[in-house]
Amino acid sequence: MSVQTTEYVASEIRSPASFLASRVFIYGALAFWAFICLFPIYWTITTSFKTAVDVTQGHLIPFVDFQPDWKGWRSLGLSPDSIFQTSTVREEFLKRFMNSVITSVGASSLAIVIGSLAAYGLTRYRYHFAWFKNEDISFFFLSQLILPPVVLALPFLVLYREVGLLDTRVGLILLYTLMVLPIVIWIMRDQFNSIPVELEEAALVDGLSIWGAFFRIVMPIALPGMVAAFILAMVLCWNEYFFAALLTSTDAKTIPVMVASQTGSQGINWWSMAALATAAIAPLAVIGIALERYLIMGMTAGAVK
Amino acid sequence: MAEQTLPTNEWPANGGPADLIAPGRKRLGFALMAAATLGLLAVIALQILYKSEVTTLGFESWQPVVYAYVLWGVALGAGQVLTRGEDGQRALFLLPALLFTIAMVIFPTLFGFYIALTDWNLSSFAGRRFNGLDNFWQMLGDPYYRNALFNMVLYVLAVAVEYVIAFGLALLLNAQIRARKFFRVVFLLPLMLSPVAVSWMIGKSLMEYRFGPAATLARHLGWDNPAFFSDPIIARIAIMVLDAWTFIPFMMIMLLAGLQAMSREVLEAARVDGANAWQTFWQVTFPLMLPVSVTALILRIIFKLKLADIIITVTSGGPGGATDSVSSFIYREYRDRSNVGYGTMLAMAYLVIIVVFVTWLLKFANRFVRNVN
Repeated sequence: MSVQTTEYVASEIRSPASFLASRVFIYGALAFWAFICLFPIYWTITTSFKTAVDVTQGHLIPFVDFQPDWKGWRSLGLSPDSIFQTSTVREEFLKRFMNSVITSVGASSLAIVIGSLAAYGLTRYRYHFAWFKNEDISFFFLSQLILPPVVLALPFLVLYREVGLLDTRVGLILLYTLMVLPIVIWIMRDQFNSIPVELEEAALVDGLSIWGAFFRIVMPIALPGMVAAFILAMVLCWNEYFFAALLTSTDAKTIPVMVASQTGSQGINWWSMAALATAAIAPLAVIGIALERYLIMGMTAGAVK
Repeated sequence: MAEQTLPTNEWPANGGPADLIAPGRKRLGFALMAAATLGLLAVIALQILYKSEVTTLGFESWQPVVYAYVLWGVALGAGQVLTRGEDGQRALFLLPALLFTIAMVIFPTLFGFYIALTDWNLSSFAGRRFNGLDNFWQMLGDPYYRNALFNMVLYVLAVAVEYVIAFGLALLLNAQIRARKFFRVVFLLPLMLSPVAVSWMIGKSLMEYRFGPAATLARHLGWDNPAFFSDPIIARIAIMVLDAWTFIPFMMIMLLAGLQAMSREVLEAARVDGANAWQTFWQVTFPLMLPVSVTALILRIIFKLKLADIIITVTSGGPGGATDSVSSFIYREYRDRSNVGYGTMLAMAYLVIIVVFVTWLLKFANRFVRNVN
């Protein structure tokens, strides 16, 4: 038996040539896809430093092909020589930027708070809400995921006008919370399921209340999951365009709406568009690279049992 | 009113009778909930009367009703704790999310169904007028809407190609490679970029007809006239490519997690049995990955059904509506023609279609996974 086994294994050890070929293929494919992922980003960043001639002649490599110029960033008021001067474009940009920050952080926080509570309740207690049981309530929350924004957009437009929430950050925060709540509940349910019930039972025996046990015992353990859900919610809210385009006009406009409106009106003003696009994607790219571990944790929650 | 809809629950660990609650405290709780409910109903009634110009007393906007609803929710929560003690505290976990979602989904959706049955154009002075199923009949004869639905079928089918690429990338990342973390971050990057920025970065500059590098490359490869967005079929493919670029990482990460969770022993066993890499993949890896694949595919299809941003910003549905998704078509129906009633009817019909489709998909996927395993 053992002889046979070693024979099979020996036949599996491939020749150096085929090993090399497979290495070349794997790294070739990896490099190719890395190029596909990075080139548009590289192109956008370099274009923001180009002048008209460099764009039309298709120059690609800074300092070799073309001399970088602050033109795109100057038009945003963000270049070194213009940063201390007043610039209406910069003010506009910073206002949109703050709107994006406030709406996405606000919505993610609200969703984390009410979503975690609901997920905790659903994993630990049994509810009967009229004829709805836990599974039905969970399904109700998760089914919101398939609701396309376009279905809610028009009713909300009318309703928000009636309640004075049109073109306000609060209105956007409420909608974004609704949008990410199913995802947060999905992730947090997975998190709480992985925490043994015995911990809370011990805490209850020690005299903590139900909410005390939740805040002092469960929450610290579930914190990484909360961070993961928060980051994922942030990404979704920051990039949201549809609701923002329909429900905001002057006050609460977010970065994606600003980017989209520039493409229409200015024609091909490449350098400033590139600078704007770079500024719009930079915060999330930084967050994503720094907290990639949490992003992956959030996306894979519940996918693998 | 309120107490009939209370969630009652049991705590499996200590199933005994809940702690004793003084009758006075119970009465206080019920009184609080009743008062809050009456208050909410009163505010709503007052506002309806004011808006229908029966009374002169009322608020300019409906905003007070929102505050009244929030207060009612708080009172309901407090009432739960007062009347039911620990059970009430448990209900408190679920209550905020439930009240929030109900207010934000149920009411607007019902309102949407009503709007769908009206003739309402924001740019005309006539205002809202109930017109029954007129919008519905108009929808059935609308070739652009049919075209948008047909496009959605194509866009959803494109998920299959995305899946193949994502699976390939997941296998690459799962292989014995150096700098795995670097490649994982790089491959994940497109997912974090805003679709609107991506639309500009790729759709409007890389693929730009005159100076875009993609067009230049296509010219070098022998395509004389690389206009990505003027031929209907090529434009659709270009939109699919753009969308795939942002969303392939999503499926890739889920599939990678599935690959990493697979036990090494199974693969070793296959190798010992003399299977080559190709056979191992099709007879071991792929079947074991089926549940993860199905989850990833369903989530991706759900996201795909919402596709709008890229189309709105890159082609605005052009050329001639060829690339329109349902969402982008309805968006323009509202933005350009202010046709709220008809647009909402289209949206509601779409909602019904995708609810049926996704329900069928979930059932089908369940049965499929069970049959194979």
